[in-house]
Amino acid sequence: MNWQAILIVYLKELKDQLRDRRTIISTIVLPTVIMPVMMFGFGVVMTKIIKKAQDEGTNVMIVGSAGAPELIKALKADPKFRVVAETGDYQQRIADKKLRVALELPADFEAQVRVGQPATAAVLYYEGEIKSGIGARELEGFMQKYRTALVEGRLKERGLPLELTKPFELKRRNVAPPEKVGGATIGGFIPYIIIILCFSGAMYPAMDLTAGEKERGTMETLMCSPTSRINIVFGKFLTVLTASVATMVFAMISMAGTALIGGSLFAGKAAAMQSAAAKSASAGFMPTIDPAGMLGVFALVAPVAVFFAALLLTVSLFAKSYKEAQSYAGPLIIVVIIPAVFGLLPGIELSAKTALIPILNLSLVCKEMLSGTWNWPFIGLIFGSSCLYAAIGLAVCVKMFNREDVMFRA
Amino acid sequence: MYLVYFVVTPNPMIEAHNLTKTFKDKKRGVITAVDNVSFTCRPGQIYGLLGANGAGKTTTLRLLATLLQPTTGTCVIAGHDTVRASEQVRAQVGFLAASTALYGRLTAREMITYFGELNGMGDDAIHARIKQLAGELDMHEFLDRRCDKFSTGMKQKTSIARTLVHDPAVMIFDEPTLGLDVMTARAIVKFVRRCRERGKTVIYSTHVMSEVEKLCDIIGIIHDGRLVTEGTLPQLRERYAEPDMEEIFVKAVGGEAAIAAALNR
Ligand SMILES: Nc1ncnc2c1ncn2[C@@H]1O[C@H](COP(=O)(O)OP(=O)(O)OP(=O)(O)O)[C@@H](O)[C@H]1O
Ligand SMILES: [Mg+2]
Repeated sequence: MNWQAILIVYLKELKDQLRDRRTIISTIVLPTVIMPVMMFGFGVVMTKIIKKAQDEGTNVMIVGSAGAPELIKALKADPKFRVVAETGDYQQRIADKKLRVALELPADFEAQVRVGQPATAAVLYYEGEIKSGIGARELEGFMQKYRTALVEGRLKERGLPLELTKPFELKRRNVAPPEKVGGATIGGFIPYIIIILCFSGAMYPAMDLTAGEKERGTMETLMCSPTSRINIVFGKFLTVLTASVATMVFAMISMAGTALIGGSLFAGKAAAMQSAAAKSASAGFMPTIDPAGMLGVFALVAPVAVFFAALLLTVSLFAKSYKEAQSYAGPLIIVVIIPAVFGLLPGIELSAKTALIPILNLSLVCKEMLSGTWNWPFIGLIFGSSCLYAAIGLAVCVKMFNREDVMFRA
Repeated sequence: MYLVYFVVTPNPMIEAHNLTKTFKDKKRGVITAVDNVSFTCRPGQIYGLLGANGAGKTTTLRLLATLLQPTTGTCVIAGHDTVRASEQVRAQVGFLAASTALYGRLTAREMITYFGELNGMGDDAIHARIKQLAGELDMHEFLDRRCDKFSTGMKQKTSIARTLVHDPAVMIFDEPTLGLDVMTARAIVKFVRRCRERGKTVIYSTHVMSEVEKLCDIIGIIHDGRLVTEGTLPQLRERYAEPDMEEIFVKAVGGEAAIAAALNR
């Protein structure tokens, strides 16, 4: 290995890649543009949907309305609901999304309630339909309050204390600090994005520098030079790694910028809207993240980036043409995403076993680090195993470059 | 007297001993691309390797250039074994083939500079060498243009400059005039001849008979991986009792039927 020769190859490949429009797009333009578009787009759409759902209110149909004038009066007084005229095809209308929920009552509902006969009211909704689900929950909440009010009225009539229905109070209080909430809500999402960026940033240059060169005939030219193959491999490897890290860095800068600008924007909007739903929505985009955790994430991603670069170089070196390389590297991205997605699932926790599974371990430990938990033995184990995988990947890559049936595949 | 003899016939620069190269192919099984080929070539000589398509010219030359390793046999170039000391061999060799292309996104100057650097040359040496080669090959006007916009002739000139940037003692040219017009082809033939005058060892493969007649000191005819005959042009004329190179070639490989059979394989 000769560092000067590696540097010569590296600088030439870097210059070459910077002149390639496709590399510029995949490592600089795309990661810079995609983050703000995704975050702003997501934010704007979410805010719109929530606002629209609130403005519209839940339309509800009372089936058997003739027997429940009091209930209807109370329901109409609640701004959350819009009571629509009773028709027979309410089930179909819910299915058609024209109606969110229906309340099915017996014909003499209020008469039954008055004499103390147990009556049944059914909330009809469409499972899996978000707006219908929200409507059903609201309607249930309303009916429970309505029932409590009736009970309290009866207790009062008989001169009994209200505490009879409520032997104790029940409250809910959040003890998680904001960065913990941030780490838990988007902590799983950030490493997932980083892993994908790292991989996709390395993909194009890796294919261009191996299969692409074989296809264009420059690989043989390069092998004619007296430099040993290992220097060529390392020069190319460093180029791919640079592209991978650059993709990540551009995306991170763009993400941070978007969060700074977008955060204040959404916070302002939320305050103006004065609604709890909008507030919680904007809090979802701007959770606090431990900056030390972010540094930890980058440190642990480094060996994984090395592994990706080596893996992609090896796989695409095997291909005869750029097209063939694409058909290998394309499916590989799914192989990479699956363990990353597993890390997002609840219940999969860091253990001595999961700490050894590449990519999944990164996904899991990043979630913890971003929420401020530093599990040093696991972090060490993950860093160590990632470095080992990276070294194996590089060794296989060098081996591939020395195999003439790979370099001169007919 | 002895000294004069030594100067006239110096030690061989290229010594190929029983080179054999087999490939394993999924469809065709084991292919013997080069079959027990031996030859030598001395400085100041042009060795012409003449063969039909698929005869094994490129594979033989790749073995010399250390790009491939022989299955059996050895090859010594400038005193170095091509397998055990491949880096030292490559430092002495310039290899040019149809399969050694240029980096399209680099300019001709950048391309030549890159290979100068890979050969361990300093900036000044590279600069001087580019000036010299550009003059000899008449490439000043396109030196700073990108290679992907070049005509075939410009590309070939740039490739030759890339091959020779480190002034190698041995030059291996695999069909260097392929696809070129008459004027460019002549310029390249003239350039190769000048290399011989400077005492370089040149191996030149082709299937163009006229180039062999005009250029080569020794002619080796390769057919189906085997070196079927070898000698100077007068020697070959005498051996096959034919004045014309094309007739000599056809006779040497065993008639037209043999060529057709080899092509169909
Ligand atoms: N990497 C390889 N794998 C398998 N077979 C190969 C490989 N390289 C060459 N061959 C086969 O070896 C034989 C000799 O090929 P070679 O390229 O040396 O011929 P050539 O004389 O250069 O022909 P041409 O005039 O077409 O360039 C051919 O049958 C070819 O198909
Ligand atoms: Mg050939």
